[in-house]
Amino acid sequence: MRPALIKVILFISFFSCCAVFPAPSIAQSGKLMIAGSTSVQPIAEKLAEHFMQKRPGIKIEVQGGGSSAGVQAALSGAADIGMSSRELKESETALKKFIVAYDAIVLIANKSNAVEDISREDVKKIFAFEITSWKNIKGSSAAGTITVLTREDGSGTRGAFEELVMGTAEIAARALVQDSTGSIREIVSNDIDALGYISFGSLNDKVKALSVDGVKPLMQNFLAGDAASKYKVIRPFLFLTREPPAGAALEFMNYIRSSEGVEIIKKEGLVPVL
Amino acid sequence: MKKITGETIIGKILLMIALSSIGALFLITVFIFAEGLPVIFKTGFAAFITGMKWKPTREIFGILPMIAGSFAIMAGAMIVSVPFALCCSIYLAEFAGDLMRRVVKPAIELLAGIPSVVYGFIGVTVLVPFIKNYIGGNGFSVLGCSLVLGVMVLPTITSISYDALRAVPVSYREGALALGATRWQAVKMAVVPAASSGIIAAVILGMGRAIGETMAVIMIAGNSLIVPLSPLDPVRTLTSNIALEMGYASGSHRQALFATGVVLFIIIMALNVLASRIINRAVK
Repeated sequence: MRPALIKVILFISFFSCCAVFPAPSIAQSGKLMIAGSTSVQPIAEKLAEHFMQKRPGIKIEVQGGGSSAGVQAALSGAADIGMSSRELKESETALKKFIVAYDAIVLIANKSNAVEDISREDVKKIFAFEITSWKNIKGSSAAGTITVLTREDGSGTRGAFEELVMGTAEIAARALVQDSTGSIREIVSNDIDALGYISFGSLNDKVKALSVDGVKPLMQNFLAGDAASKYKVIRPFLFLTREPPAGAALEFMNYIRSSEGVEIIKKEGLVPVL
Repeated sequence: MKKITGETIIGKILLMIALSSIGALFLITVFIFAEGLPVIFKTGFAAFITGMKWKPTREIFGILPMIAGSFAIMAGAMIVSVPFALCCSIYLAEFAGDLMRRVVKPAIELLAGIPSVVYGFIGVTVLVPFIKNYIGGNGFSVLGCSLVLGVMVLPTITSISYDALRAVPVSYREGALALGATRWQAVKMAVVPAASSGIIAAVILGMGRAIGETMAVIMIAGNSLIVPLSPLDPVRTLTSNIALEMGYASGSHRQALFATGVVLFIIIMALNVLASRIINRAVK
């Protein structure tokens, strides 16, 4: 009820502002309705917010609903742009897709641990507490009980990790929970037995990023076409349109590719398309 | 006449300011309950506080691990701090010379002025690795939290017990000494029993402080969702549950965090009421 009230107030103040200061119409003006994946929603909102400051003539409304709802909305035309955080299925390829950014999850370990590579299956078992010792992980020089670090429920990074690695399995209640990428990194850099995950954009040289199933988390492997050399713990954030984008939608997409858009994407810990 | 009007106005202004702080308490209470109760009613109060699983994004709300966690670190903090605080306050009130008292008492009170994030930082950089390397587990534990919280509540318990001991009339000491007791016997048999309700109240207020502490606990406790069975197990407390998850919580998840706040509110209220009852009884 409260957020709704705030929205109403914002809405009213928005229109009253428009009435007082008519927007200078440079080229297009119009309204853009974007709906779908709640994972894509935060970055879409952020980009829209900055874009609307530059182009007051265009109004963008971003709504959640989930990836499938985003695909449906784009197919039916209920939204101008549908958002999805998963690749399109065979039956959906009629849609035009635009990659906003990549959301890559990197598994990190302590630098003094010799482990370089880990399989997705092992990661899943570690976070489910079916494997608890580094002794069972190939290439590890640490031999203690694994300090398993996860993010709090509700975090987008955790959501991506659960979707891409855990599948139907659950992260065990025993895992240590931290509420920021920074503290996960800090603990991993101080504890030889630690294993955690962060978004690719937050990686720094205090910790070691592990290869997953033999593939290093590098930009060229995110974009690799063949399955063997493609980094697996990654998902695209897609904008979907029924027709080739034009008008306001095209302008917004061009903004996302601009240096300003790329900066915003990096700041949110995502991987921009370059 | 004019002077009296000025006096009355100032009196009224002070009254209004005083009432506004009570008003803030009232608003906070109403807000917490209004936001939190729907989830409690939906889950069922018993199911909410005895549920073992907390998966808010899947609408499973059970906070037993957090309640157990809060009480575990509170008990641990008391085990650490009560003996120290008692000895400290007895020494300061009964044995210390003027100079000692002037140095030691402010030093202990200074502990209360250190921000909790500093305690947490010291805990996570010094204590956690120490526990991991020399005692066991992964370091993030009930034990580490208890040690840090024990130091944090030390000034609360010490200074309130000190006041209670000082409030004991000198005649008690003189009477005991006149009967041939040594100084220690006088303290042990006359002064401490006379101050006991004040000391118990001090401990209860210390418990309230320990259970309400958040920042330091988040950094040291590990925040796992399990009922701790060993001092080396990681824990999550009620307070840290709220602070950890509020960043991305929305809808019923957010309400469930307020519901956690309701339970915490009730526990802290109960502790405070208990403490003030004991103090009142002592006054009578």
